[in-house]
Amino acid sequence: MSRQANRGTESKKMSSELFTLTYGALVTQLCKDYENDEDVNKQLDKMGYNIGVRLIEDFLARSNVGRCHDFRETADVIAKVAFKMYLGITPSITSWSPAGDEFSLILENNPLVDFVELPDNHSSLIYSNLLCGVLRGALEMVQMAVEAKFVQDTLKGDGVTEIRMRFIRRIEDNLPAGEE
Amino acid sequence: MADAVLFEFLHTEMVAELWARDPDPGPGGQKMNLSVLEGMGFRVGQALGERLPREMLAFREELDVLKFLCKDLWVAVFQKQMDSLRTNHQATSLPQGTYVLQDNSFPLLIRMASGLQYLEEAPKFLAFTCGLLRGTLSTLGVKSLVTASVAALPTCKFQVVIQKS
Repeated sequence: MSRQANRGTESKKMSSELFTLTYGALVTQLCKDYENDEDVNKQLDKMGYNIGVRLIEDFLARSNVGRCHDFRETADVIAKVAFKMYLGITPSITSWSPAGDEFSLILENNPLVDFVELPDNHSSLIYSNLLCGVLRGALEMVQMAVEAKFVQDTLKGDGVTEIRMRFIRRIEDNLPAGEE
Repeated sequence: MADAVLFEFLHTEMVAELWARDPDPGPGGQKMNLSVLEGMGFRVGQALGERLPREMLAFREELDVLKFLCKDLWVAVFQKQMDSLRTNHQATSLPQGTYVLQDNSFPLLIRMASGLQYLEEAPKFLAFTCGLLRGTLSTLGVKSLVTASVAALPTCKFQVVIQKS
């Protein structure tokens, strides 16, 4: 029956928009609460980090990927498995540094910014900064200290959205005090 | 298309964040944080409602609107239907135009322990959803007041009172 079919599609559409709409409401609220864009950016990064440290467990449970042996494998998993699983997109990986410790994720379109326009008085706002925190938090839980930051943003007029990932160091497991 | 689990993680973090800034808000402060969450839910509910095609909005009766919330909206947001919908049009203790929507395993409460532990925390996890219901109703042309109550996790009831203009 056509009404049933309509219902199914509408449910699916609403479901996929729920996260982006909620994220938009969050950013709007933070802009009201904090006086400057820098503080909002920091808050988004912090919240993203808190999400990332828990999201990694969900990811590992559902994706069956094994341990990554180097940063290149990590990059592949992030772009082809994680982004695909959670956001339904597959960013491309480009611009590797000669040392192999930095790369860029290029997002042709960023699902978080559907229907979003940055007002003029928020030019320093990094709207999707939550993503950087998520990446940082998730990778920290698998023993990698990284830096993630937006270097291009379609919201700011750039052609693509680009996240630069930099490997800082391996995090060794800390033994609790008292254990030899 | 964003995975459903992202919304859950984001929601949990939003609840934590809005509380973290005022760890001991006192009774007045707590209401303010709940109303911020409710307001965000309202805007999201409105936006979700606005994306529905015109034909879907031609509900014949108020009850059809409530059924829509219990089936389509709940499935879209929580991947399950509401477990029961009760109405009360008699002149009893509840005002006319009151509906009670019950979810026996509300996804945003599931991760918390079941039973009576964390009962005090539960309202924080319901405020956004109350707003969501109120916002969607608003787009569908229905003005309402939505509150939620929890007797034992993870079962909760949403009380929708339709405001006659």
